[in-house]
Amino acid sequence: LVDKNVLIKSLEEKARILRKNIIEMIGVGHAGHVGGSMSCADIIACLYFYKLNISSENFIQQDRNRFIMSKGHSVLAQYAALAELGFFPKSELVKTKTLKGILQGHPDRNKTPGIEANTGSLGQGLSIGCGLAIAMRLNKIERNVYILLGDGELAEGQVWEAAAAAKHYKLDHLVAIVDANNMGAVGFHKDRYCMEDIKAKFESFGWDAYVVDGHNMAELIRVLDTCDRSCGAPKVIVAHTTKGKGLNFAENNASYHNAALDEAQVQLAREAFCGEKKEVCV
Amino acid sequence: MKQNLRTAYGEALVEAGKCDPDIVVMDADLCKSTMSVLFEKEIPERFIEAGIAEQNMTSMAAGLAIGGKKPFIHSFAVFDTGRNFDQIRQSICLPKLNVTICGSSGGLSDFADGATHQSVEDVALMRVLPNMTVFVPCDAVQTKKMVKASLSIEGPVYIRINRMDLPVVYKEEDAFISGKAYVLREGTDFVVFAQGVMLHKALEAAEMLSKEGIAVRVVDVPTVKPLDAVQIKNLVQGMKGAVVAEEHSRIGGLYGAIAEILIEDATVRVKCVALNDVFGTSAENYEVLLAHYGLTADKIIEAVRAF
Repeated sequence: LVDKNVLIKSLEEKARILRKNIIEMIGVGHAGHVGGSMSCADIIACLYFYKLNISSENFIQQDRNRFIMSKGHSVLAQYAALAELGFFPKSELVKTKTLKGILQGHPDRNKTPGIEANTGSLGQGLSIGCGLAIAMRLNKIERNVYILLGDGELAEGQVWEAAAAAKHYKLDHLVAIVDANNMGAVGFHKDRYCMEDIKAKFESFGWDAYVVDGHNMAELIRVLDTCDRSCGAPKVIVAHTTKGKGLNFAENNASYHNAALDEAQVQLAREAFCGEKKEVCV
Repeated sequence: MKQNLRTAYGEALVEAGKCDPDIVVMDADLCKSTMSVLFEKEIPERFIEAGIAEQNMTSMAAGLAIGGKKPFIHSFAVFDTGRNFDQIRQSICLPKLNVTICGSSGGLSDFADGATHQSVEDVALMRVLPNMTVFVPCDAVQTKKMVKASLSIEGPVYIRINRMDLPVVYKEEDAFISGKAYVLREGTDFVVFAQGVMLHKALEAAEMLSKEGIAVRVVDVPTVKPLDAVQIKNLVQGMKGAVVAEEHSRIGGLYGAIAEILIEDATVRVKCVALNDVFGTSAENYEVLLAHYGLTADKIIEAVRAF
């Protein structure tokens, strides 16, 4: 139990560092996808620092777990983790979305080490994950393919083509995680365009579905461990999250879906994510 | 002698699959039309039925390629470039993945099914995408060579396959190199660039014109992209005019590709025999439909005479 608490604490600390990195990538005066990157930061921390076991050394191998950021606009959270894992120097973070940088506005496998698939046109990541899972099965590789989707992204019809295919081909190494932050680029889904019960939808396609608090590290660890069990069905984790999590001014505020921060906001964010040791941010 | 391109394609796929364990074939419930069914029969463990879900099939192919496989995806040309255009663009072309896209029943060759099933814009759609190679074979022999060639090309390849039997003009020992055009008949007065079914119409037209003492050079352009600009420019040297014949909209296909090259020097006038910015329609047979849109040897002759 002590070990578990230590693990949880260390992952929470990682999530804090990811959020700090996200703020450094966005900086002052440049639009960045704050809301969705913050909402999935805990999920990304749990994946990269607990479950995935992906490193810059093993990345070129086929025999490893895979992660696809289907909600490509939230890639800042992934860059934050890849930088911590040494896929590229942290000095790249401040060059995000610049001509001389290697970190594109949306994931590009040929430009950024550690990126699996080109995403950003929403709705394609789950299909790519299905293809990858079948390739791994053909290669007799027993690893998992994790795909992070947005809840707004579920409006794309292709997601449900993939949901059917994953069940038909019994891709039980496929784990989809929905960052259910309840908001799109403009407002709350309930007010604008609602997909209703996500868990029930996936279950009706024959998936095993779980619902967790996407900011609760203990729950994330437990559900990801549960998904390691083979059962002949693909799995989906509906992770309830808060858009803009950790930033008072951005939480549940669609204006910060893709927004520029002013100097005072960046300062507030740095203080919020500077940690107990009051790290000085670059 | 005529041979079926779809059957030749399917046989080539089986042959390639037997040699290369990384080849994986996907189809969207049309394997009996595209003839990828031949692969399913021989190598079922590497055949994936994608269902009638072209978008998912296309992005799955991207995932297979990321996982080290060499996927070939199949549907009718109109669906395999149109329904899934964004998936081809974003998940395959952008990362330059090794996926071969087979657009079967290309052009008007699915004559009875009408406009929804006939592709008049697929070559344009695929040609405009960075990193894409575009092949349009004119016979069964060339079709087989293209399947083989696609495996050694870095990045995605589009192959447009005619549904019908077409005359065989190439021999097994003839070379096929991606990007090269092939002179199938020499002539010194005019040049006709053609591909697919229109290559045969061009040869017919050249034969008839020769009887009037007009010498037409007929060039098969099986690769729409990348195109060897130097070769195309050389082939029009000293010619009184150039005609491009294709079973496609006059916008964005082979006519566009050739004209874009020749306009740089503008030493020769270029005309086209192609669909005039219209959709297809149902017809009782293929020849009637081609004639309805002016895709005939006679129209090529008219174009040559009008210079």
